[in-house]
Amino acid sequence: MTRFESAFTKGPALVAFITAGDGDTAANLDALVAGGADVIELGMPFTDPMADGPAIQKANLRSLAKGTTTADIFAQAAAFRQRHPDTPLVLMGYANPMTVRGSEWFAAECAKAGVDGVICVDIPSEEDAELGPALRAAGVDLIRLATPTTDAARLPDVLNGAGGFLYYVSVAGITGLQQAAQTSIEDAVTRLKAATDLPVAVGFGVRTPEQAAAIAKVADGVVVGSAFVDIIAEHGEQAAPHLEAFTRTLADAIHGAKEIAA
Amino acid sequence: MNNRSNSLRTGPDERGHFGQFGGRYVAETLMPLILDLEREYRAAQADNEFRAEFEHLLKHYVGRPSPLWLAERLTEELGGAKIYLKREDLNHTGAHKINNCIGQILLAKRMGKTKIIAETGAGQHGVATATVAALFGLPCTIFMGAVDVARQQPNVFRMKLLGAEVVAVESGARTLKDAMNEALRHWVANVHDTFYIIGTVAGPHPYPELVRDFQSVIGEEARAQILEAEGRLPDMLIAPVGGGSNAIGLFHPFLDDEGVEIVGVEAAGEGLDGKHAASLAGGKPGILHGNKTYLLQDEDGQITEAHSISAGLDYPGIGPEHSWLHDIGRVRYEPVTDAEALASFQKLTKLEGIIPALESAHAIAAAERIAPTLGKDKIIIVNCSGRGDKDIFTVAEALGVKL
Repeated sequence: MTRFESAFTKGPALVAFITAGDGDTAANLDALVAGGADVIELGMPFTDPMADGPAIQKANLRSLAKGTTTADIFAQAAAFRQRHPDTPLVLMGYANPMTVRGSEWFAAECAKAGVDGVICVDIPSEEDAELGPALRAAGVDLIRLATPTTDAARLPDVLNGAGGFLYYVSVAGITGLQQAAQTSIEDAVTRLKAATDLPVAVGFGVRTPEQAAAIAKVADGVVVGSAFVDIIAEHGEQAAPHLEAFTRTLADAIHGAKEIAA
Repeated sequence: MNNRSNSLRTGPDERGHFGQFGGRYVAETLMPLILDLEREYRAAQADNEFRAEFEHLLKHYVGRPSPLWLAERLTEELGGAKIYLKREDLNHTGAHKINNCIGQILLAKRMGKTKIIAETGAGQHGVATATVAALFGLPCTIFMGAVDVARQQPNVFRMKLLGAEVVAVESGARTLKDAMNEALRHWVANVHDTFYIIGTVAGPHPYPELVRDFQSVIGEEARAQILEAEGRLPDMLIAPVGGGSNAIGLFHPFLDDEGVEIVGVEAAGEGLDGKHAASLAGGKPGILHGNKTYLLQDEDGQITEAHSISAGLDYPGIGPEHSWLHDIGRVRYEPVTDAEALASFQKLTKLEGIIPALESAHAIAAAERIAPTLGKDKIIIVNCSGRGDKDIFTVAEALGVKL
């Protein structure tokens, strides 16, 4: 069983996102795991994060201002894998930093560091050749995004070559701002689950345990990002205990939703 | 068939690639809209009424055709090839940008979109977009880097007079690339009713293709005009390249004319070893803003900040078709510095009574360099892509003049 499979078979999972190099990354990652996060998404900072709202944009810039390099991110990932052998780790970011040295190089580094999956915001299925084949050859899952604009005609293409889990971006927009209506999330998850065996995780605009619990009733996972990043923005290098406490409230809500449903 | 497959004018391929460049590197949310746009553009291309409305507006609203002016005094001064200027500066709104905006707002109307957004650097594209939005009665939001807002105040005021909302973008370097990021962020949240009028031959397919097609009127006119004036094709074309829409518009109709040498001019800013905006001379292929193209970037793929005295050239990328034309060697790209452009700005103004945009002054500078090396029997067409009224404050400051 892959790390993703074990993480999602336990019931609805908390997928937690932070930006690499923003604050004390190792301590923050440990705090997310200690608080009960089931899957970790580590954001690769980029100068031009055009799918991100203000919170994650600023996290990208804070990280780059500190001089974070791609080598640093792979070192953080490898160290995470040593400390947490079972928690799935995803790198999330933009195409240019992932492909600048060639997709084979990137895929090999992911495999070497123990990265389980990659989410690339600006490589849709039409441009899969840019990254997908190299990742799959290296045994790293390419996690695809589905959105409210992904219609039935497109969905098979989006799912073709996808692995790990399917990330449902519940609002047409950027990270961290609006929240989708619960009914539209339920409809979408039902539609997606009919089309794939991959677990479906729902994200964008999820900030509170209440929202997370509601989504966890219908989805296999709930992705939270900007709310964690806001805590790091507020507490800087000392964010870990605050992250852990907040993670616990989300994890309890999500994992509890499973028990009620069961 | 053979003729067609040997042509350099058939790109992009059906997936939007020019060789390895171009493509559709956008978030999944935008992808269905991009595909819609492509379908609608194909339908518009086949629709005579669309073509007729486009041509009507170019003639009666923009004032086309723009003249091809024989710059006799400049030619005499340089003592070499005969120099013609394609006078895009005489278009309504003062630059080539309006050609593309007319085409795209007609597409927006076809698609039933009710709101218009655009990014702008120097403000020329923002003004052109605000102008067509006013003409068609559609609400319009222009994203402009805060640095550019400060250095292009006259254009900011023009856009506001035209009824547009101008959003000063405070993220990143606060110039054109950041304005484009913010426009993309706005678009992704408003895809259902909003049309994004991209101002240059960049962005995801089909933008580089459709912007080029709308701008190709420049080269089509120039070709007919030079044949009428000289009875033959020119020996060389020169145009400034930021994203590269005026340049591709002039170049494209001549790409298959082997005898026509083609030169694109990149902004070398303080020089190629200093801060500059020359993506081909100083960058390498990468992915940004929906397409693969040459980009200024560091070894980790982080985009580096461009610099040019000309806000319209201050962008760390270039249109993907230019990257391809560079790689196959059909177009030669030369750098021109801020200082050279400033000198040419003044020279053209004094010799011809034409104040060129700083963007266009880069092409004039290249012509000054090249013309004296060619015989008097040679002919060069330089694209005077815009007028320089918007730049007089920048130029005054650079020359140490207090207005």
